[in-house]
Amino acid sequence: MNFELTEERRMLQDTLRRFLSDRYDSATRNAIMAAPEGMSAEIWSALADLGVIGALFSEPDGGYGGEGFDIAVVFEELGRAGVVEPFLDTAVLGGGLLAALGDERQRALLAEVIEGRLHLALAHYEPGSRYDMERVATTATAEGDAVVLTGAKAVVVNAEAAGHLIVSARESGAVDDPGGISLFLVPPGSKGLTLRGYPLISGGRAAEVTLEGVRVPASARLGAAGEGLAALRRALARANVALAAETLGAMETAVELTREYLLTRHQFGRPIGSFQALQHRFADLLIELEQARSAVINAAGQLDAPADERDRQISAARNLIGRAGRLVAEESIQMHGGIGMTQEYDLAHFARRIIMADHRFGDTDWHLERFIELSAA
Amino acid sequence: MDLNYTPEELAFRDEVRAFLDETLTDDIRAKVRGHGQLTKADMEGWHAALNARGWLAPTWPKEWGGCEWNAVQRHIFEEECAMADAPRVVPFGLTMLGPVLMKYGTREQCERYLPRILSGEDWWCQGYSEPGAGSDLASLRTRAVREGDHYIVNGQKTWTTLGHFANRIFCLVRTDPDAKPQEGISFLLIDMDSPGVEIRPIILLDGTHEVNEVFFDNVKVPVENLVGEENRGWTYAKYLLMHERTGIAGVGFSRAGLAMVRRMARAEMHKGQPLLENPHFAARLAQVEIDLMAMATTNLRIVSQAAAGQAPGVESSMLKIKGTVIRQEINDLARRAAGPYALPFPSEGLEGVNEPPIGPEDAGPVAAQYFNNRKLSIFGGSNEIQRNIIAKVKLGGGR
Ligand SMILES: Cc1cc2nc3c(=O)[nH]c(=O)nc-3n(C[C@H](O)[C@H](O)[C@H](O)COP(=O)(O)OP(=O)(O)OC[C@H]3O[C@@H](n4cnc5c(N)ncnc54)[C@H](O)[C@@H]3O)c2cc1C
Repeated sequence: MNFELTEERRMLQDTLRRFLSDRYDSATRNAIMAAPEGMSAEIWSALADLGVIGALFSEPDGGYGGEGFDIAVVFEELGRAGVVEPFLDTAVLGGGLLAALGDERQRALLAEVIEGRLHLALAHYEPGSRYDMERVATTATAEGDAVVLTGAKAVVVNAEAAGHLIVSARESGAVDDPGGISLFLVPPGSKGLTLRGYPLISGGRAAEVTLEGVRVPASARLGAAGEGLAALRRALARANVALAAETLGAMETAVELTREYLLTRHQFGRPIGSFQALQHRFADLLIELEQARSAVINAAGQLDAPADERDRQISAARNLIGRAGRLVAEESIQMHGGIGMTQEYDLAHFARRIIMADHRFGDTDWHLERFIELSAA
Repeated sequence: MDLNYTPEELAFRDEVRAFLDETLTDDIRAKVRGHGQLTKADMEGWHAALNARGWLAPTWPKEWGGCEWNAVQRHIFEEECAMADAPRVVPFGLTMLGPVLMKYGTREQCERYLPRILSGEDWWCQGYSEPGAGSDLASLRTRAVREGDHYIVNGQKTWTTLGHFANRIFCLVRTDPDAKPQEGISFLLIDMDSPGVEIRPIILLDGTHEVNEVFFDNVKVPVENLVGEENRGWTYAKYLLMHERTGIAGVGFSRAGLAMVRRMARAEMHKGQPLLENPHFAARLAQVEIDLMAMATTNLRIVSQAAAGQAPGVESSMLKIKGTVIRQEINDLARRAAGPYALPFPSEGLEGVNEPPIGPEDAGPVAAQYFNNRKLSIFGGSNEIQRNIIAKVKLGGGR
């Protein structure tokens, strides 16, 4: 057993932490969130130049990392700084699927992703599917050399910026059949494709995506026909490690802000941190933070385990972090009093990041349910 | 002991329902459900409608245009209003200042201000908290110095709810800096139009503007705007806080909130079934409902004692804590029910007239509402301060 980060990962962590503390302060972030694109192209390419995206891919895919702990290190730092740029969507989900399923021509896009020149978005979940992975009503119908896509996709994060959408669609089977799902690379200008974009409450943007008879060549298919689900599951497992680590980072910052505030805010002639009613609750936050850290380690370390065991660990982590994150966000606000409720004070952003993470790729209850199912198996 | 409404009470309830049916437009109801979109005119319109019906001031004596309703009637009224998605009546004039003036103000002050509260001519806001004085309110520093027949006021208030709509503010100010903190405070009525008053918005974490900072720079306030005696303001402030906390249990809001969550969870599908039938979600919902059923009865027990002349002390602190925790739990359930559709931020751009909402009808505002209602356990005396009160009364501070 060894819980130390490798030298390389520690360096990555240091570089990233230094860069973000120099270049990504709250004023910068607020300006980014107020801008219509909801992200900064400048920050994006600077971080790509630092190797942040490359760290998320293995050497054969053109990167220098790509393991669970690489993802965890990067996203914990992004989370600590409250970064809203869509690294998870472009690199982990989009890039991950290209790397796993792409043919040579499709994989050529990976270099552009790693260099920060191409955005991607996964258009998978649908208005009626909530968090269910295999529930895909969008259809893909072969017509000669082409495939025609029809359906609707919900809350597609980063859709507007994406150079390609990765769209899941059903080629056969019932709506919740695990088999029969394929993935397609769809360019944003395609006829019949419409995006309705909007900002997200925790930063970044998403869109409702409608496909009305969108024709793509059969060569736009990623991987074998009807066999997309296993790759999707794996990509979402990696995304869940990223999301859990990011949330852990945001929790660290929230707890640190709270610690500083308890020491500096005075009421009744003493620091509020001297009230035992708050001391015990602060101690509980520290305990839950360490629990969350371990949950991320468990999940990141099992990313290459067989699918069911991997996902059981992933769901354990997301369930625990859903609970611990809620406690940290709510208690941090509460122990700050009114200040914790204001847009201007940093905590607001971190609380929103933490809570809203519970609305992607399954919430606390969804993961509890999956954990129970996979434990029984 | 009888948990059923009497025939008179049922008749009253029907009367309230009929009034709400007739008066509340769909537009207003939708805005109330859709968090934070009520305009000043909307609030004034509802205020005027209640006033026209004579139902604006449930607790005030008839002499001053009130209803003199008993606890059960007030409960019925609040619950029916909440269930019908009626706007909340802005409390600062009606439930805070009004009772203070009636108890401690002069006859002239009552005659001058009470009718203007009812008519809506005056919109009051509450100037208690300061940057350095929140839970420790008695440490407030806004200074009022008597000069002839005026006070000169300097200092700053903060968190002033709806101050940007108000034309008057009631303030706690320090008139004797040498006395013990609680003994040098006075209760002053200040015109927001006075030269030297400046108001600046504070934006909350859900992007809404409901609170403000208010600055006083050599503001001249006539001496007749003092309520009661100089340096006795703390007593009046505590009396007001007691009134602020009645109705704090928010039973009606919680019932309306639960109904909304149930509606959302019935429509939301989880693995091909309504989310409402999912055991994990159903258990969460049932747990809150069970708590609410008991709390509703606790509330009625306490309110009816208060009506019988027993002052609610520790009990109102209990209700404040339990009531706010339940409301916050319901907000949490609503955001869970919305699933991925809790993520879109319903900013102004999205509220275009002909644009359909993003996702299911009720989902839009739930995340913002969840964040916004974290305030419930902070203001009106934080839940920690309420626990301190309970413990101090029951344990005597451990001494
Ligand atoms: C949305 C909103 C609207 C408001 N509207 C108004 C208004 O209209 N008018 C007005 O005057 N005020 C208003 N307030 C202010 C509100 O009353 C204060 O926020 C509240 O009194 C808490 O003060 P504070 O924010 O300074 O927190 P602090 O007093 O600094 O408290 C910080 C934390 O320390 C805890 N704490 C403090 N003392 C103790 C203790 N002795 N033991 C244990 N814990 C303790 C608190 O509970 C809290 O968790 C509003 C606040 C909000 C958030």
